Amino acid sequence: MRFSALRVIKEALTGHKGWQPLWRNPDPQPAYDFVIVGGGGHGLATAYYLSTTFRKARIAVLEKGWLGQGNIGRNTTIIRSNYLLPGNQPFYEFSMKLWEGLEQAFNFNAMVSQRGIVNLFHSDGQRDAYRRRGNAVLLSGADAELLDRDQLRAMIPFLNFDNTRFPIKGGLSQRRAGTARHDGVAWGYARGADLAGVDLIQNCEVTGFRIAQGRVLGVETSRGYIGAGKVGVAVAGMTSQVMAKAGLRLPIESHVLQAFVSEGLKPVIPGVITFGAGHFYISQSDKGGLVFGGDIDGYNSYAQRGNLAVIEDVAEGGMALMPMIGRARLLRIWGGIMDMSMDGSPIIDRTPVEGLYLNAGWCYGGFKATPASGYAFAHLLATDTPHDTARAFRLDRFAKGHVIDEKGAGAQPNLH
Amino acid sequence: MLIPHPLLGPRDAVEFTYLGDASLLARPDGLAEGADAAFHDYVYLRDNPAGVHRELWYHEQGDRSWLVVTRNTVTHEILGAELARDVALAMRGAK
Repeated sequence: MRFSALRVIKEALTGHKGWQPLWRNPDPQPAYDFVIVGGGGHGLATAYYLSTTFRKARIAVLEKGWLGQGNIGRNTTIIRSNYLLPGNQPFYEFSMKLWEGLEQAFNFNAMVSQRGIVNLFHSDGQRDAYRRRGNAVLLSGADAELLDRDQLRAMIPFLNFDNTRFPIKGGLSQRRAGTARHDGVAWGYARGADLAGVDLIQNCEVTGFRIAQGRVLGVETSRGYIGAGKVGVAVAGMTSQVMAKAGLRLPIESHVLQAFVSEGLKPVIPGVITFGAGHFYISQSDKGGLVFGGDIDGYNSYAQRGNLAVIEDVAEGGMALMPMIGRARLLRIWGGIMDMSMDGSPIIDRTPVEGLYLNAGWCYGGFKATPASGYAFAHLLATDTPHDTARAFRLDRFAKGHVIDEKGAGAQPNLH
Repeated sequence: MLIPHPLLGPRDAVEFTYLGDASLLARPDGLAEGADAAFHDYVYLRDNPAGVHRELWYHEQGDRSWLVVTRNTVTHEILGAELARDVALAMRGAK
């Protein structure tokens, strides 16, 4: 079933009787060449690129619950490629390019909207830091633009430019950045993978790995043993728990990040605005809700909910940046569990167990990375070599001193 | 979250800053054989349990003491708190 305008019109005229489920619901086979653990955004994207771009067959995605109910369904949907470090930026720009062609590629409306992002600055020091970051972004071939106060006033006049503590002096903009429909991304990848023959197996929890002579043979699951040539794990949030079953201890802590959405309002916020100094960022969904968030709560958590102190902090940040937000009512608050790595950057690599591969440590930046993460992980699984843009995301970089620390915060996950 | 401070009674967690796993109290010997590997594990690797977790909290907006708080990471229930000093001295005594 392909989606097209013609198809929509035809279904409208025939009572919408022709729509079918987007994917099958198969029972697991005894063995596969590739088993992806985790049916979230990254796992589904991996299966999609493995089956389509890399032309592999006999692939299964194992998901302990329903597809896309983890962080792919719990984020604030921002896509951007404005990182500083050479280990990161080419990867995120690769991801942005995949976003730009994604809907045509998998024939599904992911509502990718390049409405732009502005990172605000408030001092000369911050301006210098953002100018440096903007130059790094330009050098990677992506777009960046330093905007002064007057340009910002014309673009987003409702900000509190004369805040006493954080007066707005300008911002670093990336016009190709934007938002996407998070669930649509998961569904599009799931459907694309299913059409290419991948078995998406839901309610199938991996309870252990069968390992012999340092090589993985398959996975024990709540629906029985499944043999596997290669196993790729993409279960951000629960990575430490799953990989402990293979005897690995990782440079990762799990933390809770909260997100917020207001009641639906008329269009008011043109793109994404980040107020790093005030721990606040915001965009507006196509449905009209103001989607915003702040920092992680800061302590280890698997709770998928946070504490009131951070809600207050985010609300204060919002009021400081745009006092008009005080008139909007909050509709929902929720939390997701982040894989906070020790340098704030992800891991896409082999593990000490042969045939077992890891995709983890996305901190709170995993959504924008979904396409490139899936592509790079599929590349690694298919060819046993890292994708060009993901060469720095090694598991052993901490032992070797090649950390990718965007913020320079050190081995302190709650500061990344 | 309310942290039951052993000296001050129940205190709001916002008065504290969080460092991480209380295993950070067990700093390896930098001159011992295999210190590089031991420090890699100490600085970077974490058990990251889903359940009971012993962790270091600093009472920055209070009496500036370090506490070892025992907390459930799945429910956020706080099961106890002791002075990190007492924990560290007990560890040294146990050696």
